This record gives sequence, structure tokens and C-alpha cells, in this order.
Amino acid sequence: MKKVFIYLMTAIMLLALAFVLPACSEESATPIPNPTPTAVSPLKAEGRFRVATTTSLYDTGLWGYLEPMFEDEYNVELDILYAGTGKAIEWGTRGDVDAITVHDKAAELKFIADGYGVERVVIAYNYFLIVGPESDPAGIKGMEPVKAFQKLITEGKANPSQVKFVSRGDGSGTHSMEKSLWASAGYKYDDVRASGSWYVEGGGGMGPTLVLASEKQGYTLSDIGTYLAFKGDLTLVPIVDQGDVLLNVYSVIIVKNTKSRAMADNLVAFLTSPEIQTLIGEYGVEEYGVEEYGMQLFTPCAGQGF
Amino acid sequence: MHEIADAFVIAIKMIFTGDPEVYAITARTLEISISSTLIGALLFIPLGCLIYFNNFWGKRTLISIIQTCYSLPTVFVGLLVFLAFSRAGPLGFFGIMFTPQVMVIGQVVLIAPIITGLTISALSGVSPAIRETAVSLGATRFQAVWLVLKEARYAVLTAILVGFGRAISEVGLAIMVGGNIRGFTRVLTTAMALETQMGNIELSMALGIILIVLALIITVLANKFVKGKEADAAQSRAPTA
Repeated sequence: MKKVFIYLMTAIMLLALAFVLPACSEESATPIPNPTPTAVSPLKAEGRFRVATTTSLYDTGLWGYLEPMFEDEYNVELDILYAGTGKAIEWGTRGDVDAITVHDKAAELKFIADGYGVERVVIAYNYFLIVGPESDPAGIKGMEPVKAFQKLITEGKANPSQVKFVSRGDGSGTHSMEKSLWASAGYKYDDVRASGSWYVEGGGGMGPTLVLASEKQGYTLSDIGTYLAFKGDLTLVPIVDQGDVLLNVYSVIIVKNTKSRAMADNLVAFLTSPEIQTLIGEYGVEEYGVEEYGMQLFTPCAGQGF
Repeated sequence: MHEIADAFVIAIKMIFTGDPEVYAITARTLEISISSTLIGALLFIPLGCLIYFNNFWGKRTLISIIQTCYSLPTVFVGLLVFLAFSRAGPLGFFGIMFTPQVMVIGQVVLIAPIITGLTISALSGVSPAIRETAVSLGATRFQAVWLVLKEARYAVLTAILVGFGRAISEVGLAIMVGGNIRGFTRVLTTAMALETQMGNIELSMALGIILIVLALIITVLANKFVKGKEADAAQSRAPTA
């Protein structure tokens, strides 16, 4: 018994070592992918700073781009947790993260009013789009957003096999926006959900929801950043892209009872600094060929009154 | 079909060219799953013995409950561990939410019923005569238990391997309590989930292949040791018989 164990454990350990050693040496040899300051043990939670972010800032790769810059500048291990705005706020409320970057003004103000957040600092904005199949079976192209939603539900109910709408259905900021559009269109959200098979609830992040909508040839509401980043894999085109009601503002909020308040202040200073604001504005412009669509993924707006 | 084949080829290349991120994720996955399997074995093999060798009211029910928990949903364990270790939860003062440690704790909880239950099954497979004989020859209680455990060693080893398999392959728990943080709590399964949804099919495929190869290596090694031991045992028995 004992010997079998010893053999087995030695084998497993050796195996683990065989993987760990090359990984470690390669990690230290490559400068950018994983900056691991030696002072911080890779398995300890201390010395790490946590930001929960809405999926749109993660799926577009923006956080992946900014993360190493912040880590280098402030010599800290930055942990990015991606989730919908609802979940990010929930984590903030429970004190599991130090700051959140989200996009749901009403929920953000409530978070602060309830005493969990310090202050809402806007960092960038873009617009939501209604995207859908090129054939536009509901015939809503170019309509005003609220009118488009009204027509969408009428057509969807009448012809659920042709006209589909894929909802995030996950309590995210985009989901909140969708709900408010239904409200403006004069529908109770519970009635929309119960209105038939044309209304599909995905329950995933923005990227997966776009993929789902593309597979089902349905419409969905997306922020323009994630749409542009995923466009190559999708058969969806922008259907409705005009209307102030579609404004989408991202902000950063420090969680009040964070144990790393100084670093949280650094994060806010970092995100609102002129250099980073410029980088946010330029982000993805070349990679995603945004010129052809005439829009950037994110428009920086620190210090403006959104 | 083309897509799958292409992804497979690129994945193999990625593995052999030593993509640093792939290796780091693999190392981390092993570290976490092996830790939880070891801790699970140290805690729950003894528990299995304790349950098997003692008679008490409700023993059968307890064993049934343990066996039911073999298929404990990983997301449910994830939810419980999240509620316990979140800062607002009863164990929040540890401050280990979204770390590898809390993933290990979750995996230990997840594999606890498997190791306990399979240890009980393993011991049940040993003839009661062995223990009775040992006791009649004057063995202490502990010696008798040790003897039975020794007889059941291969089945116990299986229990550990099944536990390891469950720990390394689960994704729900890892994503809920680990948070899939790049370079910190991202393991093979959670990386696969993310990379697939972000469209990096080749990377996903590479990670999947590694996962399967790891499982294969562990199983082959374990079988080898079992076979080796059996041969040893046969040899050592031969002259005296």
C-alpha cells in the first residue's frame, strides 16, 4: 500500500515537475505574456488587484491590451474577472473585487447609493447596434430603435420561424439596455419573454450571444465594440445604428471596502490619463478595419458629463 | 470536417513548439488538480475506512448518500464554495476568493464523495476472513485495518485516479470560484471554454489534446505500477509457496 502510494506520488510529482520546469523557464524568458514579479508568490491572493469587468471590455480584447501596461506601471498583479455588469456589481457588493468597469448607469448609481461604490468615473462610450441577418426578415433596417423594437416583436410573434431575437438574458448592461428599449416600446419585459419562440434567451457574454444570433440568423442588441471584434466570424450586419437612445457609456467604480484603495485610485488615474484615453480611442481601429464602417470601438470620454 | 482536421494539426504544432501560455496553463492545471487529489486522498481514504469498519445506525443510508454525491453537479459545489468564501460569506475572512487555493478546496469537496465511496467499495471487496484471521492471530485493530487496506490497494488506487479525473476535467466549479483569471486561475478546461467562445479553435483544440494526453499518461502509469506490484507479489510468493 505504502509503496504503491510512494511510487504513484513520485511519478505524479515528476510529471508535474516536467511540465512546471520548462513552463517556468519559458515564462521568465518571454517578457510580455505573464509578468510575474518574483516578490509575489503566484498562488497567493495578497499583492493582487482585482477588477471585475463587463464582457464587452474583455471580449474585445481591450482589457487584455491595457492589463500589462497597468501591471508594469504600478508593479502589481492585475486580475481581470469578466462577467456581465450584473455579476460584476454583485461581486463588488460582496467585496470580492476592488473595482468594477461596467456600463449600466442606473445599476451603477444604485450600487453607489447603496453604499458599495465610491464614485462613478466615465472612461469611454460607444453605441449599441441592432444587428441581424442581411436579409432583414423583419424589415426594420434604418428605423428608429424604439420603432424597430415594436416592429420586431410584432413580426416575431407573427412569424417566429423567420424572425428571431437573441437576448443576452444575463442581467448584463446590454441586457438592461434591451429591457429599457422594450419599456420605451411600450412592452412589459415579462410579456416579451413570454411572447413565444421568436424570443431566445442566450445567457452568455456578448461574444457568445453574437455567435448564437448568427447561428440562428436572428437579431440581437450588441455594443459596437464587441460586434466589430467578432464581425469576421459572424453573418450578421448592422440593421439599426442611429439613435441617441443607443448610447453606451463605460465607467469605472472603486468598491468602497476595498483593501487596496491606493491601487484602486491608481487604476482610475490610469484609465482617465490622457495617454491611456488616447490608446482606448485608437484600440482596434487597425485590427478590425473600422475605417470601412466609420466608427471606432471606443470613444474616450473621461471628464465629460455622461 | 476540414476545420476539425486543420485545428488538430495546428494544435499539435502548438504543443510541440512549446507555446508558453499553453505550458503555463498545463502546469497550473496539474498543480491544482494534483493538490486537490492528494488532500482528498489523505482526508477521505481514512474516512472511508472509518465508515467501513464501524457499525452504526444509518450506515447504509450514509453510504447511499455518498454514492449519490458521486454525480454532485460541479456548478452546485461552485455555488456553495462561492457563498462560503466570498468576502460577504462565513469564510470570507480568508480572502481567498478567485485564487487557486479556493479552486483546490472546491475540487476536494467535489471528489470527497468519490474517494470516500470508492474506498468503501474497495474495502468491501476484501474477504472479511482476512481481517478475522488477523485479529485471531493477535493483530491490533489498527494492524487489521492496515492489512485489509493493503489487500484493497489497487481498488483504492482506482478511487484516487477517478477522483483525479473528476478534478482535472471539471469546468463549472473552476470558472465560478476561480474566475478564469489569465495567468492565475486559468486552467485547461476554463481556457478551452473561453478560447472556443472567442473563436480561437486551434488553441482550444491544443488544450483539449493536452487534457486527454494527461489523463492517459496518469492512467497508464497507474496501471503500470499496479501490474509491476502484482508481478512482484507473485515472485515473492513463489519460493515460499
